[in-house]
Amino acid sequence: MSKIIVVTSGKGGVGKTTTSAAIGTGLALRGHKTVIVDFDVGLRNLDLIMGCERRVVYDFVNVINGDATLNQALIKDKRVENLYILAASQTRDKDALTVEGVEKIITELAEQFEYVICDSPAGIEKGAHLAMYLADAAIVVTNPEVSSVRDSDRMLGLLSSKSKRAEEGREPITEHLLLTRYSPERVARGEMLSVEDVEEILSIQMIGVIPESQAVLKASNQGVPVILDEESDAGQAYSDAVDRLLGKEVPHRFLEVQKKGFLQRMFGGKE
Amino acid sequence: MNQADLLEKAPVFQLKGSMLALTILELSSNELDRLDIQLAEKVEQAPQFFQDAPIILALDKCLQSAQPLDLVRLLSICRKHGLHTLALRAEHPEHLAAAQLLDLAVIPPSGARERPLAIAATAEIATEPSFTPARIITQPVRSGQQIYAKNTDLIVMAAVSAGSELLADGNIHVYGPLRGRALAGINGNLEARIFCQQMSAEMLSIAGQYKVAEDLRRDPLWGEATQTYLNAEHLEISTL
Repeated sequence: MSKIIVVTSGKGGVGKTTTSAAIGTGLALRGHKTVIVDFDVGLRNLDLIMGCERRVVYDFVNVINGDATLNQALIKDKRVENLYILAASQTRDKDALTVEGVEKIITELAEQFEYVICDSPAGIEKGAHLAMYLADAAIVVTNPEVSSVRDSDRMLGLLSSKSKRAEEGREPITEHLLLTRYSPERVARGEMLSVEDVEEILSIQMIGVIPESQAVLKASNQGVPVILDEESDAGQAYSDAVDRLLGKEVPHRFLEVQKKGFLQRMFGGKE
Repeated sequence: MNQADLLEKAPVFQLKGSMLALTILELSSNELDRLDIQLAEKVEQAPQFFQDAPIILALDKCLQSAQPLDLVRLLSICRKHGLHTLALRAEHPEHLAAAQLLDLAVIPPSGARERPLAIAATAEIATEPSFTPARIITQPVRSGQQIYAKNTDLIVMAAVSAGSELLADGNIHVYGPLRGRALAGINGNLEARIFCQQMSAEMLSIAGQYKVAEDLRRDPLWGEATQTYLNAEHLEISTL
C-alpha cells in the first residue's frame, strides 16, 4: 500500500524542498522505495538540493504531455538505493499542470513506489493545490514566526476542505507539523515562537523540530540532502522526524539551549 | 469520482463585491415634459458622457403631486437621451409596485438601508418561527475559512484561528480559543451573544456593533472565558 505525502507550507522559503529531500532520502535509507516529485514548475529547485541537476533530461511536464515515459523521466539517486526524483520543468509555468495529468502520473507512481513525496510550491494557487490534491498525508513546514504560522494554518484549512479525500468524503488527510529553523536561544530570549506556542496555535501533532543549522545551507549548496550529514543536528532531527512518520516514538531533541563548553567559549566554534 | 465529475464540480463563476461610480438621476418633480427638454440641453453639453451611460433613477426626492408618475414614459425619455436605467431608488409604495411590474431592480434610499422595503405585493403572513438546529463544528476553524450559521446558533468545539470568520444569525459558542472574528446576530438580532472559553478575538460583533482586537486587548478579560452581549447598543464583555 503506497502513501502519497505532500510537503507544503503556504509561505515560501521555510524549507519545503529541503524537507522533501531529507524526508524522501530518510525513507529510502530505511529501505522504502521512494520518489520525490517537484511540483514547483518554473522554479525548480529539488534537483539542485538532491544534486542531480546535471542529469535532468525529461521532466514532470514532459511526462504529462506524453513527450516522455515516466521511466525515462525518473532520475535514480546515486547515493541511496530505492530513491528516485521526478524534476519539475523550468521553462513552463504552473498552468502546464492539469488535474487529469497529475492524477494519472501520481497514480502510476503510487503503483511503483511505497512513498510518493510531493514537494509543493509556495502559495495556495494551482500548483500548491495540485500537489496536495491526491495526498494521503501532509507535512506542513512552518518557521517559528507569526506569518509562517498563519500561512500554515490557512494551508491546513485547505487540506481539510480542498483535497480529493475531502471532496469524496473519505477519511481526511493525516496532518503532521514540522518546525524548521528553530533556535532555542532565540526562544529563550523571547524573539521566537516556542514549540508549545506553535503547537497550541495550530493544534496538530508535531512530527519534528529542525534546529537552525549551518549544515542545512551547506548541504543545499553541495546538493546533498541534509539527512545524509549524520554528524549535524539538523540531519539527526530529520532522521528522528522520519522515524516518527513511520510510527516510532522518538523523543524530541535540540529543543533546549545548548551550553557552550569551555573551549567553544574560548574559540567561538561552530553553531 | 472520475474526471468528468471533477470538471462538473469546477466552479464556473465567482461572486465578487465591488464599488462602482454611478450617475444618479435624482428627480425633483414628476413633470416629464420639462425633464425631456432639460435633459436634452444637458446631453448636448457633453454628448460623450451621456452616450449609453448607466444610471440609477432616484425617485425618493421627487415631490408628490396629484398626477401619478408615469414610470414607463420616464424610462423611455431617459433611453431617448442615451441613458440606461439600471435600477430605481425609491420608497413610495406606488413606485415600488411600478418597478416590480417592469422587473426593475430597486435599491433603498440613501440613509435608509436598515429600513425594510415595504412592497405592497408581499403578503403579510405571520408564520410561526420554525426550529433550526444549531450548526456544530468539531474541526479547528483555520485561517481563511468562513463559517455561517444561517437562522441559527453556531457551536465550535475546537480552536478558531486568527484570520478565520464565524458568522451566525443567532448566538456563537466557541469551546476552545477564539482567535478569529466572531459576528453574532448578523441579521440584526440584538439578543444574540458570543460565548467563548478564551477570548483572543480579532473582532467581536453583535448586530453590527463591534470591537476590534485593539480595543479587546485592553479589556481585562482578554484571554479569559467570556460572554459578549449588547446592553443598550453598547457591546459588553463579562466573565462567564
